[in-house]
Formats: sequence, C-alpha cells, structure tokens
Amino acid sequence: MTALHRAKRGRGTLEFADIGQAHDEPLLKVEDLHTWFRTSRGTVKAVDGVSLSVDRGQTLGIVGESGSGKTVLSRSIMGLLPAQDVVRSGTVHFAGHELTAMKPDELRQVWGAELSMIFQDPMTALNPVKRIGRQVTESLRLHLDIDRAEATATAIELFRSVGIPSPEQRVRWYPFQLSGGMRQRVMIAIALACAPRLVMADEPTTGLDVTVQAQILDLLGELQRERHMAVILVTHDLGVVASRADEIVVMYAGRIVEQAPTRTLFSDTHMPYTRALMDSIPRLADPSGVRLHAIAGRPPDMIHPPKGCRFAPRCPYVQDKCREIEPPLRTAGSADHLFACWFPLVNGVPTAPTDHAGAGVPPTPVPSTPVPGPAADTAINPDAEIQSP
Amino acid sequence: MPDDRELAGTHASEGLLVDWVPGTAAVDELVVSRQSESLDSDDLLVKKPLGFLFWLALGWVGLIVLLAVIADLLPLANPNFQNYSAINAGPSVHHLLGTDDLGRDLLSRVIYGSRVSLIVGFAAVTIGMVIGGTLGLISGYKGGRMDTWLNAGAFVLLAFPAIVAVIAIVAFWGHSLYKITIILSVAVIPLLYRVVRASSLSFANRDFVVAARTMGASSTRIVFREILPNVIPAAVSFGLITVAGVIVVEGTLAFLGLSVALPTPSWGNIISEGATNGNLQVNPYIMLWPVLAMFLLLLSINLIGDRLRQRFDVREGLL
Repeated sequence: MTALHRAKRGRGTLEFADIGQAHDEPLLKVEDLHTWFRTSRGTVKAVDGVSLSVDRGQTLGIVGESGSGKTVLSRSIMGLLPAQDVVRSGTVHFAGHELTAMKPDELRQVWGAELSMIFQDPMTALNPVKRIGRQVTESLRLHLDIDRAEATATAIELFRSVGIPSPEQRVRWYPFQLSGGMRQRVMIAIALACAPRLVMADEPTTGLDVTVQAQILDLLGELQRERHMAVILVTHDLGVVASRADEIVVMYAGRIVEQAPTRTLFSDTHMPYTRALMDSIPRLADPSGVRLHAIAGRPPDMIHPPKGCRFAPRCPYVQDKCREIEPPLRTAGSADHLFACWFPLVNGVPTAPTDHAGAGVPPTPVPSTPVPGPAADTAINPDAEIQSP
Repeated sequence: MPDDRELAGTHASEGLLVDWVPGTAAVDELVVSRQSESLDSDDLLVKKPLGFLFWLALGWVGLIVLLAVIADLLPLANPNFQNYSAINAGPSVHHLLGTDDLGRDLLSRVIYGSRVSLIVGFAAVTIGMVIGGTLGLISGYKGGRMDTWLNAGAFVLLAFPAIVAVIAIVAFWGHSLYKITIILSVAVIPLLYRVVRASSLSFANRDFVVAARTMGASSTRIVFREILPNVIPAAVSFGLITVAGVIVVEGTLAFLGLSVALPTPSWGNIISEGATNGNLQVNPYIMLWPVLAMFLLLLSINLIGDRLRQRFDVREGLL
C-alpha cells in the first residue's frame, strides 16, 4: 500500500497534505454546505446549511429517512452534481484542498485517488459488458503509473483482500456471473483500488440480502482499519451504523438535527426525530402481531419547508414555540453532542417548555417507551448556541 | 474439487474470512460453489445457439462477398462481352444463368454487379456510422445545447424524403461509385445518429457511468470505454439493417439510371435492363437472377443483424 501511495504522488499535479500526521486538521471539513435544485415548481433546498468534519481513519454515519437529503449531501461533498440548475454554496475542505473551488480536471485527480465512492446497488454500478478485472485495472492505471501486467496483479491482490475466492480466474468474469454480495465486493475493490483517504459509502448494503449485509460491512470495517481510511456511511438504517460508526449525524429535511458520538447518541438521545428513528427499528424479540412503529406523516416539502422546527408537524411533543421559531443546532452538557430541538428529550422524556405557562408539566402524549429517570432539565442548557466543530 | 482448496487457501493466507459468521458466509460460498464447477469464464456464458438459419444467411452473405472479391480470378466471361450467337439464351453449361438480350453472360454480370451493391452498402454505412455514431455517442452522453441542435438537425434531415434528395443531388453532381457512396453515407448519418444517441442516452446516467466518474474518468474515457461497449450491439445490428436499406436505395437509383454509368453492371442496372425493351416477357431470367440475389442478400443481412442483437444484447434480466 505504501508503494501505491508513492506511485500516486509521482503522477498528477495536485499535492495532498498528509493530514493527521503533521497537524490536527480534520481530513474533511464541510462548512455551511447548501445544495439547492432549481425546478419548475420552485427551489428544492435539499441540503440547507450542513457543517461536519471527519478525521483520518474515522467513520461518520449519516442517517435519515428517504428524502432527508443524505444522498444529496454525500454527492454534494464529492462535487458530483448535475451541471445545470444546481446551486451549491459553502465550503468543502478535503486534505488541504478546497473541493468547491476545483476545476473538473482537478477534481478528477482527487476522485478515485483520494476520495472514492461505493454505490448502493452493485447490480447497476458495474459496467455489464466489461470483465470485472478490467474495471479495476482501468481505474488503477488512470491514477497510478503502472503497466498492464502490474495492474492485473494488483487487481488480483485487491480481489483477494475483499474476499473473492480464486481471484486469478474471477478477474476474467463478467458482472452477471457474480452474486450480489460478490459484486459489492468488486465495487469495494474498485473504490479502494488507489488507496483513497476517504470513502463515501452511500447505502452500501441496501441492495443486498440481509445475511450478506453484515459480511460486507465487516469487510469494509476491516479494510478501513487496515488502510487507516475514513468512511462516510450513508444509510437510513440506524442499526447499520450503530456498531460501526464513531460518530453519527442525523439529518432531517436537509439539515442536521442531531450529531453525537455513537454511544452518546444511543444512550442520551435528545432529538425526538432520532428517538422516532430508533423506535422504528423492528425488534425480533417483539411478539408477533405487534404493530411496527412508524413515524406519522411524511418528510416535508423541500420547496416550502414548514416554518419553525421542520420536524414539528410530525413531532409527538410539539409545542407552540416549535411551530414558530426554528431551533438552532446547539450543545448541552458535552460539547460533541449537537442537537436542534427546543425541548430535547432527556432519558426519553421531553424537557418542559421553559418559556411556557405550564412549565414543568410533561406535554402529551406520553412517549411510547417511557423510561423513568432523573428530572429533566438538569443537564440541558437551552441557551447554549452551536459551537463550531 | 480444486476450487475448495483454493478457497481454503484464501481463508488461511488472508485471515480475512476467518471470523465471519459461518451461517452468513455459507450464502456466498453456495453461490460460488455453484458457479465454480468450471472457473473458465467463457464456459459460463450461456450460449444460446445462433441457429441453422443464421449460418445459412451468413453463408449466403459470405458467398456473395467472396465471389465479388475473387471475380477476376474466376473463369467467368467478360461481363460486357456481347455474344451475338447466344442472345437471350436460357441457363446452360456455357452460360450457367443464361444470357441477356445483348448476349452477355448473366452469371458474370450478377457477380460483377454485386461489387457495386456491396461497396456502396457497406462503405456508406461505415462512413455514416463513424460520423453519425460518434456524434450520437457524444451528444447522448453530454446532452445540453449541442445535443439539442444536433437532434433538431437530424430531425430536419429525416423529415426530408431521402430518396428525392439523393436523386436530386445525383442528377446534378453526377453518379460515379464514390459520389453515390458519399451521398448515401450522408443520407444515413441522421438515422445512425438517432439510434446511437438514443442508446447512449439510456446509459448516460446509469450507476456504472457515475461510478466511473467518481473514479476520476474523463468524459472521453467514459464515452469510449464505458458507454461505447454497451452501445455496440445495437449499433451493429441496426447498421447491418441499414446496409440492406442502402443496397435497396442504390438499386433504386440504378433502376432509374442514376447509379454507376452503363455498361458497368450493378444489380440495379441489370434489373432495369430486364424490365426495359419488353425483356420481361421474352427473357425473365435477366431480372430474376439479380432480384433473387438481392432479395436473399437483404434477407440474410437482416437476419444476421437480428440474431446478433439477440445474442449480444445485455438484457436487464441478466444484470
């Protein structure tokens, strides 16, 4: 792998700072990213002011429902957006470079080599008429200064490392000859071919059988540790990121509504939306016939998002203030736990409205799984503003 | 089972698969073992037989092409030699297909005549495919203003009755073999452009194209390395059908006396001669042989194109 890195340096005109070794700057730093699509009906604000950062070797989970903007966010970070009718503002700082300011041919040197992507559906993300070995060697030879034989040898090595049996023969296969799990392994091999520092995995297991999902995620985690690369894992499934992400960002309607280290997020959920997402995970232990939890209503229209908190129309604990003023992303207690809620949950119970007449009275309805705990507002400082990450 | 040993070797040497849950790993292994009876990739391709008719058609096209190429080496009579002692002779040992009203050997004329049809048909489509196909590939992938204008231009050209335009141009510009070829190749450009563009467009936003972009591939690379291999089956089969079409148009021009100048034989010329001077009543063979040859050639080319498309078209079901 070090050989790969050396070869990669020798080619291309861009220099990449060795982030994480010399200084403490994060590998990826996104600040106030907006991505708007102009349509005939109006402007769709798919991503509306998102800031986040990923350190070297870290795994960041981005979670949200369909339509929450998580896929657009990941593509927007990469710069992989349609050329027309898109407005992108904000900054994306990656390994010492400002991606938003890059020209297409500069971006092509970053893509694949330093920043790559694993796609959701391995059925469609491989070219059906090209041998899988060829698909790997082409991207290898694009970024590294190696000849055909060397590229083939590297491809075989890569296939072996992603757990494809008999890679010497399999490089000559076509995608349709492989099962879904095997194809996703090939996709991972392609994405990791040039030893990138950051891999965007956009729902990498959604198209796969449940039994294969765990394998693929474990494989990804293993390769990540081995190569010390950062991963952004985009998914709608909190269960997928629960054991694998270092930090989780929960998105709703184009904004981050809660962001915390994984352990904190699960033990001390503040945002009712995150709670609702957790409640929607079906439990095998439930007796049969128990209704599955679903979040009532639908994600808001992104052309005319609701006034105030965007989750307010669907929130079981909604108050008048929520419908009027949009809550800022703020901290309480620990500095690395951010949330956007006026009345955050503490131990599953919403805090009392502080500026409301009926202070102290828990609002109705009672949460579905009430957990008895200490009195609410102890750890919460509702006036603490967002701290820059 | 050598494959099992290799599998075991992979487990041991890499240590990657060791801590997999056995139950889940079994799923992929099942698939692998089912496919692993032979690891030679070509054996795994399900080969649907092309069928007897395909080979018959290919044989006919091959025969015509071969005869046209080696015509000078064959013991054929001069196609323009007028043997006045054998006018309108029926098929015989001396003249296998008989002679026409000027005593010219019909076998020789049909074979030499095929050269014109084949050259015009294949050359015009090749030129048209290189220009129209390239434009179609790029405009289908890139879209935007260039695509809009090219598409509009193709529609205008298609809306104009091609045969009338070709006749008009030939009448003014002249009708040598290469001029006919150029004119017909221009005439097929919009057709081929439309077909290739449509195919290219259907692949332009597919995941594997986006994936290639995220790996840092340039537009040129994507068009020619990712999209082109997918477009080729459709382009080749439609191209073959266009060859058949062009051969008919050349025949039409020849019939109207607007193709290669007489007495150079071409199928259209011979058909035309067979229809004039009351020859059809006296000696139907003059018209019969070139019509039969052309009919079978067109049928064969269409059949080949169709079978090739079926054979190489990657359907979604296979993905």
